[in-house]
Amino acid sequence: MSIEQILEQHGQKDLLRFITCGSVDDGKSTLIGRLLFDSKQVYEDQLSAVERDSRKWGTQGDAADLALLVDGLQSEREQGITIDVSYRFFATARRKFIIADTPGHEQYTRNMATGASTAQAAVILIDARHGLQLQTRRHSFIVSLLGIRQVVVAINKMDLVNYEQARFEAICEDYRRFASKLDIETIHFLPVVALHGDNITRASEHMDWFQGEPLLTLLESLPVSAQRSDAPFRLPVQYVNRHSADFRGFAGTISSGQIRQGDRLMVMPSGRQSEVARILGASGDVTEAHAGQSITLTLADEIDISRGDVLARPDDKPRVADALDARVVWMVDQPMLPGRQYDIKLGTCTLAATPQLIHHRIDVNTLEHQHAEQLDLNEIALVRWQLGRPAAFDAYSELAGTGSFVVIDRVSNLTVGAGMIVRPVTDSLADKSQNVVWHEHKIAKSQRARQKSQRPAVLWFTGLSGAGKSSVANALEQALFQRGHHSYLLDGDNVRHGLNRDLGFTDEDRVENIRRIGEVARLMADAGLVVLSAFISPFRADRAMVRELMEPGEFVEIYVHASLETCENRDPKGLYAKARAGTIRHFTGIDSPYEAPEKPEVVLDTEKLSIEESVDELLDYLRKRQILV
Amino acid sequence: MNAPKPLAAGQRMSHLDTLEAEAIHIIREVAAEFERPVMLYSIGKDSSVMLHLARKAFSPSPPPFPLLHVDTTWKFKAMYAFRDQIAEAAGMELIVHINQQGVDQGVGPFTHGSRVHTDIMKTQALKQALSQYGFDAAFGGARRDEERSRAKERVFSFRDRHHGWDPKNQRPELWNLYNGRVHKGESIRVFPLSNWTELDIWQYIHAENIPMVPLYFAAERPVVERDGMLLMVDDERLPLKPGEQPQMKSVRFRTLGCYPLTGAVESSASTLLEVIEETISVRHSERQGRAIDKDAGASMEDKKRQGYF
Repeated sequence: MSIEQILEQHGQKDLLRFITCGSVDDGKSTLIGRLLFDSKQVYEDQLSAVERDSRKWGTQGDAADLALLVDGLQSEREQGITIDVSYRFFATARRKFIIADTPGHEQYTRNMATGASTAQAAVILIDARHGLQLQTRRHSFIVSLLGIRQVVVAINKMDLVNYEQARFEAICEDYRRFASKLDIETIHFLPVVALHGDNITRASEHMDWFQGEPLLTLLESLPVSAQRSDAPFRLPVQYVNRHSADFRGFAGTISSGQIRQGDRLMVMPSGRQSEVARILGASGDVTEAHAGQSITLTLADEIDISRGDVLARPDDKPRVADALDARVVWMVDQPMLPGRQYDIKLGTCTLAATPQLIHHRIDVNTLEHQHAEQLDLNEIALVRWQLGRPAAFDAYSELAGTGSFVVIDRVSNLTVGAGMIVRPVTDSLADKSQNVVWHEHKIAKSQRARQKSQRPAVLWFTGLSGAGKSSVANALEQALFQRGHHSYLLDGDNVRHGLNRDLGFTDEDRVENIRRIGEVARLMADAGLVVLSAFISPFRADRAMVRELMEPGEFVEIYVHASLETCENRDPKGLYAKARAGTIRHFTGIDSPYEAPEKPEVVLDTEKLSIEESVDELLDYLRKRQILV
Repeated sequence: MNAPKPLAAGQRMSHLDTLEAEAIHIIREVAAEFERPVMLYSIGKDSSVMLHLARKAFSPSPPPFPLLHVDTTWKFKAMYAFRDQIAEAAGMELIVHINQQGVDQGVGPFTHGSRVHTDIMKTQALKQALSQYGFDAAFGGARRDEERSRAKERVFSFRDRHHGWDPKNQRPELWNLYNGRVHKGESIRVFPLSNWTELDIWQYIHAENIPMVPLYFAAERPVVERDGMLLMVDDERLPLKPGEQPQMKSVRFRTLGCYPLTGAVESSASTLLEVIEETISVRHSERQGRAIDKDAGASMEDKKRQGYF
């Protein structure tokens, strides 16, 4: 092949970025060293340096320890572990690769998130002797959290389990079961021996039973994240190029979609509009451009645009809001504290932002939602942020480029966290005043309550499906009505079909569901009503969030208790049967957790108490608390 | 202005397109966020590519920052001529900084050895220049594939008041969101070519027809062999040892630094395509020709901690 042909071929290659994850002894560095070595990316002098180092630090006796090719920093070599993200490069005839090599230790969640943020695929290593470990779960969760949809599970050290197919299959099965809870589109499984190269760059002589491609061939064929061709256009404005009086260019990298000359654009958040006059690509004028390209646009009209604005089509714009919910990975020792002001860099826009509350912390090992008052190093949580001004953004799951941000400490200047936006909290309209102030009512809450001979309260019934929440709440409301009290019952029927029609049953949607119910309950309490709410509301953090909304003493948590077995036997709506059959997912008690209240105001054991007895007990309690006068 | 070129809808990008777009993004980000950035220009091939990308990033305007050449006074003659010509063509201010104290003390590679020379005339000189002009960001052409400790270098690499690098305490870098916040006196080294490999550089030079110093191409040059390295006798300052006779050999340079510290390789590659061909088949990594990396496995990491690029 002539050099021109080689260049031609090299010029055609695309680029796949992937991350490798595994715990300390899974053989990750060895695997990467093997990929580099077998694809002839190791130069002789590097190899001789490694041979020299192997005698000093190696773990393979006299043989060159390929892991040392990869473990870069002195301190790492001394400890025999990889402590930071390092980037490796290699190419095959078909494709160029960038590997983000990240450490396996629990305390390095932040490094894994860093490496995963730019990766299109993940290679997760599992030691065949040990099977799924906590780390495997954690790595897989972070991979899924950062939006990587293609995972290769390499089950390593097959030689140490006698190349047994049964062992391989068992681990695959375990992994599939676990991964069904995550958001990963495709999973490939490979049995490998990184140390000897089996199923890395060539098929293994020892595992005839495995029919799949070796790792390198697989990596060559994985799709390089092709964005949908109908993805909405987004250009975060990076730099304003004022060349001359008749050239004002808006430079940036297209984060999604495409644009043509003459297309109509809207500037967010200002809402002003114009048309694309010229598009300058990297090598001069072009008629159109697409995601990934760094361009400079000029517009037909002179309108005010600055760094941090987002250009989009008027019919498919980003959200604009001054508050948002985002999943956050915390990256420094000093904890994230609600109420403290930080800066965030969202695309090309840097602005002040304050975490207002932590909806819940997510345990990276068990995926459990936990209550949290602050966020520590390497912890992940769903956090509500109040922004210093309205900004344009998208949900990370839809458009990562306009849905991600880093958090910067205003004093130390350090990057302290990374955020993935789930949703805006309030949409503020573009081109309008953003200030919605709480209107000071002329009639006080206490006056409304006195008129009704009661004190406003929110009676929050929580418990498993079938525990009897709705039955008890309904019966209590009838009793209240008969006694002349003013009340209102919020339940699935009147909320899910209207106010919360747009929400599903994912964990985020459940949180938002409860948040909205909480806000409605607050308004009703403000109107002086006794509000009854009957929802499973499985997460402690969510119930705590609603409690926070109310005045002290207004929130009454009522734990309607019956064992899962009892509830499943009652199964009034046939839901347990469906959940067991797998036709409904994320069903509380079956494949989604229920976090029982720690200190409920009232506990009703419906296995022992009838509905009438439960109502009597509640009426007693409400009188004692002087909620009913 | 050229006639507009159409692009197929949703066209896939080659890896060079991707690397080019990424580098332009990084360069613009610096221009937008820093008060006083500067681009280090070392005259070598990586610098040439970086400068080319900077010109693209701000076209039709010239890049909104100056070029800085830290001159050890021991570069090849051909490099100086090339430097002045390139800066003028780019329409950019060229700042040349020499460590005058070093010159006054007569520091040079032969009198003081490569370690002291590199430290005084390069590392210290660079720090002097950055402090003297108050630059808060400095672009460098380093690539992660060059050397092991570089593989962990951030694109935006923080330096303290003393220009030191702390590899264990680097800012996490996610997506394409770079944190350029510094306090007064601190700075960021920026590496837009982080993800390029040597072959990418050559291929891009070829595709974009970027001018190069002739030293990269093979020609008959006077050389002496020392410690396994071929040194070019570029001027009369190279002290010949007893019995040493410069020989004319067809050689070229894979990397350019101070001429007494930069080994030539025997080669007949006199055109860009031949050079690329040689690069593809080469089995020695490119820093091998540099005397300064050889001391110990982690020598580069030590230098970087002390402020070397």
